[in-house]
Amino acid sequence: MGELRLMKGNEVLAEAAIRCGCDGYFGYPITPQSEVMETLMARQPWNETGMTVLQAESEVASINMVYGAAATGKKVMTSSSSPGISLMAEGISYIAGAELPCLIVNVQRGGPGLGTIQPSQADYFQSVKGGGHGDYKMIVLAPASVQEMNDFVDLGFELAFKYRNPAMILADGAIGQMMEKVELADQKPRWTKEQIVEMSSDWATTGKTANRKKNIVTSLEMDSDKMEENNLRFQKKYQKMEEEEVRYEAIQCDDAEFVIVAFGTSARVCQKAVEIARAKGLKVGLLRPITLFPFPKKAIQELARKAKGFLSVEMSAGQMVEDIKLSVYEAGSNARVNHFGRMGGIIPTPDEVVEALEEKFSWELSYGVKRSY
Amino acid sequence: MELNVVTKPEEIMDIKEIIKPENLVYQKSEVLNDDVMHYCPGCSHGVVHKILAELIEEMGLQEKTVGVAPVGCAVFAYNYIDIDWQEAAHGRAPAVATGIVRVNPDNFVFTYQGDGDLASIGAGEIMHACNRGENILVIFINNGIYGMTGGQMAPTTLEGMVTATTPFGRNVDLNGYPMKITNLIAQLPGTSYVTRQAVHTAATVRKCKRSLKKAIQNVLDKKGTSFVEVVSTCNSGWKMSPVEANNWMEENMIPYYPLGDLKDSVKGEHSDN
Amino acid sequence: MTEEMIIAGFGGQGVLSMGKILAYSGIMEDKEVTWFPSYGPEMRGGTANVTVIVSDTRISSPILQQFDTAIILNQQSMDKFEKAVKPGGTLLYDPNGVIHPPTRTDINIFKVEATKTAVEMGNPKVFNMIVFGSYLKVRPILSLDNVEKGLEKSLPERYHKLIPLNLEAIKKGQEIVEDVQLV
Repeated sequence: MGELRLMKGNEVLAEAAIRCGCDGYFGYPITPQSEVMETLMARQPWNETGMTVLQAESEVASINMVYGAAATGKKVMTSSSSPGISLMAEGISYIAGAELPCLIVNVQRGGPGLGTIQPSQADYFQSVKGGGHGDYKMIVLAPASVQEMNDFVDLGFELAFKYRNPAMILADGAIGQMMEKVELADQKPRWTKEQIVEMSSDWATTGKTANRKKNIVTSLEMDSDKMEENNLRFQKKYQKMEEEEVRYEAIQCDDAEFVIVAFGTSARVCQKAVEIARAKGLKVGLLRPITLFPFPKKAIQELARKAKGFLSVEMSAGQMVEDIKLSVYEAGSNARVNHFGRMGGIIPTPDEVVEALEEKFSWELSYGVKRSY
Repeated sequence: MELNVVTKPEEIMDIKEIIKPENLVYQKSEVLNDDVMHYCPGCSHGVVHKILAELIEEMGLQEKTVGVAPVGCAVFAYNYIDIDWQEAAHGRAPAVATGIVRVNPDNFVFTYQGDGDLASIGAGEIMHACNRGENILVIFINNGIYGMTGGQMAPTTLEGMVTATTPFGRNVDLNGYPMKITNLIAQLPGTSYVTRQAVHTAATVRKCKRSLKKAIQNVLDKKGTSFVEVVSTCNSGWKMSPVEANNWMEENMIPYYPLGDLKDSVKGEHSDN
Repeated sequence: MTEEMIIAGFGGQGVLSMGKILAYSGIMEDKEVTWFPSYGPEMRGGTANVTVIVSDTRISSPILQQFDTAIILNQQSMDKFEKAVKPGGTLLYDPNGVIHPPTRTDINIFKVEATKTAVEMGNPKVFNMIVFGSYLKVRPILSLDNVEKGLEKSLPERYHKLIPLNLEAIKKGQEIVEDVQLV
């Protein structure tokens, strides 16, 4: 068993980065995730593992530093919160377009605009549908505990390098600020220069040697036929992610007549809501997507064969609910899909979720059958 | 004195003789690729590429060099010099170079940027990279205009100069003043060597190469940021012939952007310029 | 066993650190723990509260409307959280600064003169440990050995010399807590 600690989600991101052999972190302070860089600076990993930590002049600069460092085949990351991620969107698009691996953490806060520093999940669309320009996707991991904040750093890098694509940890202010018991991984060594050349010298800017052609890291292609080929290659990669990387957790779904779908902090609230609902005799289950892209579409479609209804619980006006609807309707199910959410930095309470479920599915609850549209 | 005049056909060198190594009078650097450059005839970019490639070869840096290309006319710089390259977003080359060099401190990393890229959209990134004293070389091509997008006003466009977006000449009340960004850069203690050069004559080309060599050596010696501005022509954008453009540059650009070293010290020292 | 609690008072009373020591002690006892603070600018000088959950099993929602135990250290928090204690639950408070004492009869109410005692002990900073001791007396969910280990883990090494003083305060809190009978 690894070392046990009580840590904040934000702090553990920093610790996990050091321990998984990360080469560099570039960031800019923004509430509620500034503890990531603060923890790194206090830990001084450059003395221990050689990891670089740099406070950039802006989020625009930090994502471009990540872009530069990632192009050299190294494990690099950044973290920010919603407004900062908006600023990074262009850079993320470049990273996806140049097919570089890196890890981006978004500890979401409420928007739009300057919004609030309190937690939110309103960056779902931005994370899973692109965010920046062009047809690209990122693998998006949604941690629901401090332990998962730890585990997804290593997993995020693993997936990023497997697909040579940016991966994102989509957390929120609540998980970032919350402390929980966490089992830390043992220190992994950083990759050596030789290992990086071995793994990545066919694409990375490791330095042009006599035995290979120069590598050019770019997303630019002026020849439309070639640019379309690039796009088709990207789409094939995203499709492979959808086939191989879906992760989710199903809690008490086996006999569920109503399935709550929630991720991150909302999923924690809904876990309790399921307990309350079950105590009331309602057959309610929870499906918790762990990867938001790729979305656990098949798992939802499987549940839609029996379930009378789905309730998407999000700290937003309803974004993931659209993906649930698409999944359910594509499966030809007539299960109703509803949304319940709080905004502005408010986290719904378990009781509110149960009330919403009872209200939105009052027809099904009264008649005991699916309601057709 | 007897003139050695070739009179007999058998004494005329054929092509095979001409290309013999001992008969070479000029050789393209091995580090310069064979691709035909997309630059307009008369443009300064090709000359700067040439001397940069020569220096990378002469200083034995090909394996440790990473170039960062800008958005602007030099967007395809990566096609012409035989080293590893990365294409940056518009203005972000200094941040990209920072990322590369911070996790690979023994590499030689340079950015190659135009005036729109460096002094307009990327003004923040260049200031902060230079202020941190990133161990990189910045090559700044200043031709006072946006070449690639069709000749619009740049921060360095001279007062009264006609461009696509200043059809009646740059009006300082409307557009502000031509920016001497290199002078600002020289104030930053993170920089070690800041110079302004040109490449429009054989003499200035030789001088520019010497400056670039010194700048590269400073980076190799980890002295902080080295910054080389090259006051350049854009005959297409200026709507002149190459010769007219060279003359116009001498008469108008160089008086406002005078050539010479602005700072030659070590990182951590303030310039008195 | 699952204990869902709220600790609420003013910033500077050591609310968050008491919660942290409690949570660390829980880890030493091999339990699952969650520590969820109110965060933001209102922390500075305003009210501060933290939800702490200690459980034998996986912890679900950090957002709760009702608590097994509320530790209340000022009037604002009393107004907000007295009603949030589950029937049969526990409310522990320091009467200092509380003008309207709790009135509910369906919960167990305890009182600790922690502010006064801390002053008497010559160190106002041990206030929160006195309260913590009282809590451990009325809700003995953690052993004192593990609390000592929790203190070691949550305090930076340079403060380890203060652990005996903190333990003394905890013991004092265990001694002075009073059961308030309202019926």
